[in-house]
Amino acid sequence: MSEPLLEVDDLRVSFATEDGSVQAVDGVSFEVKPGEVLAVVGESGCGKSVTAMTLMGLTRGSNATISGRATVGGVELIEASDEDLRDVRGEKLAMIFQDPMTSLNPVYRVGDQIAEQILAHRDVSKQEAADRAIELLDAVGIPAPADRARAYPHEFSGGMRQRAMIAMGLSLEPPMLIADEPTTALDVTIQAQILRLLKNLNAERGLAVMLITHDLGVVADIADRVLVMYAGRVVETGTLEQIFYDPQHPYTWGLLGSIMRLDRPRADRLAQIKGQPPSLLSPPEGCHFRPRCPHAFDRCTEIPPLEQRGGTHGHADRCWLSGEQKKTLRVLESGDIGLEMPAA
Amino acid sequence: MEAATTPKPAATARRGEPLLEVTNLVKHFPIKSGILIDRQVGAVQAVDDVSLTVAEGETLGLVGESGCGKSTLARAILQLIKPTSGSVRFRGTELTDLGRRDLRELRREMQMIFQDPYASLNPRKRIGQIVGDPLKLHGIASGSELRQRVESILERVGLAAEHYNRFPHEFSGGQRQRIGVARALSLEPKMIIADEPVSALDVSIQAQIINLLQELQGEFGLTYVFVAHDLGVVRHVSDRIAVMYLGKIVEIGPADEVYENPIHPYTVSLLSAVPIPDPRLNAAREHVVLEGDVPSPANPPAACRFHTRCPRATEICSEVEPPLVDYGNGHWAACHHPVGRSARATA
Repeated sequence: MSEPLLEVDDLRVSFATEDGSVQAVDGVSFEVKPGEVLAVVGESGCGKSVTAMTLMGLTRGSNATISGRATVGGVELIEASDEDLRDVRGEKLAMIFQDPMTSLNPVYRVGDQIAEQILAHRDVSKQEAADRAIELLDAVGIPAPADRARAYPHEFSGGMRQRAMIAMGLSLEPPMLIADEPTTALDVTIQAQILRLLKNLNAERGLAVMLITHDLGVVADIADRVLVMYAGRVVETGTLEQIFYDPQHPYTWGLLGSIMRLDRPRADRLAQIKGQPPSLLSPPEGCHFRPRCPHAFDRCTEIPPLEQRGGTHGHADRCWLSGEQKKTLRVLESGDIGLEMPAA
Repeated sequence: MEAATTPKPAATARRGEPLLEVTNLVKHFPIKSGILIDRQVGAVQAVDDVSLTVAEGETLGLVGESGCGKSTLARAILQLIKPTSGSVRFRGTELTDLGRRDLRELRREMQMIFQDPYASLNPRKRIGQIVGDPLKLHGIASGSELRQRVESILERVGLAAEHYNRFPHEFSGGQRQRIGVARALSLEPKMIIADEPVSALDVSIQAQIINLLQELQGEFGLTYVFVAHDLGVVRHVSDRIAVMYLGKIVEIGPADEVYENPIHPYTVSLLSAVPIPDPRLNAAREHVVLEGDVPSPANPPAACRFHTRCPRATEICSEVEPPLVDYGNGHWAACHHPVGRSARATA
């Protein structure tokens, strides 16, 4: 067993707002091993992006309260000074974002934007940095990289911009990349190209990836392990197989049950999760999923710990139901996994 | 009431007069240049010679990538954008010739649901007004009757009568989309065109809205034209599916047929590009990854527009535009090298 590359322990992030304190991340712990792809799934507002941005030091601000521990390659991230963090970013941990248009500077040439980071961190000449930028554009599959390096972002298509962002992320050869919804803004045929690129980088360079997404199809395509988040907490974590074929938390059942799949003829009705995610200003007491869960019982007003319960080794969840109960409750009339149908 | 007499959508799909008939519809947006005098230097061929029919009670799914013209087609059908040429007939009436007044009458019967539930509701209006104004404008109800009707529609779409006096910002994305559905439904239309109605919503909320739309279809005998880029969503809701690429329909047919036996290489690669949320099945599947990007609709490739990215393309594809050919069962495709079928010469 190799040492984890990224270790996050009891991370908590809250933001003071006019309406009160928003607990965006509420005790999140996980690790990523070298060369591993960890998918973080959950709906808007579940804290998945805030977790990633906090690791990169991007949520620091006068209204944010951050506690807990996070280390990458042994370097502490949460307590680090802004100067120390600058050495970590790009060297140990790089991040790419959902919208590749707004993450590139529109008034600089793409090649120069990639070279900038190399110049800031390495003792190289401008020419060497520029050559390296071209190599990187080539490595991420941009045709005619020498010409494209001189182009501006608006001359790139969405898929090419995301490739350029990945090239920038890889410029200092970090062991790990955080990708926050990298394909959400892209068309499916372009999404397939970007996922293939990330898979190749993972396989060939051993790049570890923390992939944030809401698309379980993307997860199934690329992840080794999965973290399911709901309202600021991790509700379930396990391997790809464990999460898809032996899911333990009712929220995960609901997610799996409400996907519209193109490999199946249409079902009459989708197994939907009722209601909507809670406000993080005043989340429900105990299990945050309780108000939407058809299987909730009196014990659910206490917060369930994240521990191995019904699952096999390495598979943990936050639900009070016993493993036996879960096995029957998660099966719908159709035989598929889901949350029970609401009364019509 | 109506629910009992309305046949299931699938049963009506192939009989009787089509509710909507689109023939050779073209929408080109001019590209202009010049400071004082506008010169037209080209055109974005957003929709180019599209023909299709939609039967009463069925759902037609329109799929394709960004820029393929699916939203323009939806808007051109409703005459929200004036088509460049071609014909749109709704219940036998030609829409392209109608003036504003006549169109307004007909819009009672065809409504639209928009993608962005944040931008499509007027932030200064109360929910009661948003849903009730169409009834008022068409002189259908007023006063306490209006309020009653609006409240009952709100309840039908899963909101509460108390929401009547609230403003849009007080609602979540899913609830706002329910308001959008209520507004479209208030005039009891025959047809609703839904342009990406769930793509801005979270997965668990998407399922709620899709279930609602399907219930309403059964209850009110609605006909849907459902525009979306998510192939899973489209498969779930549609009886028939039209696949668009760069302004053209490349394949159209019954949903199961198109998904299980796609004919056009673009449909094949589109379907294979979508990862299946099942790790074992996904790993076992063959992935065709298309190279390159979609060309610009201002300067589309000659002949078959897909030939620049097509793995099966040969010389003929850049010389002769393939016509839509009938492969039986209402399944049509426009390709010189159909997948899994022998090419047919006749149109």
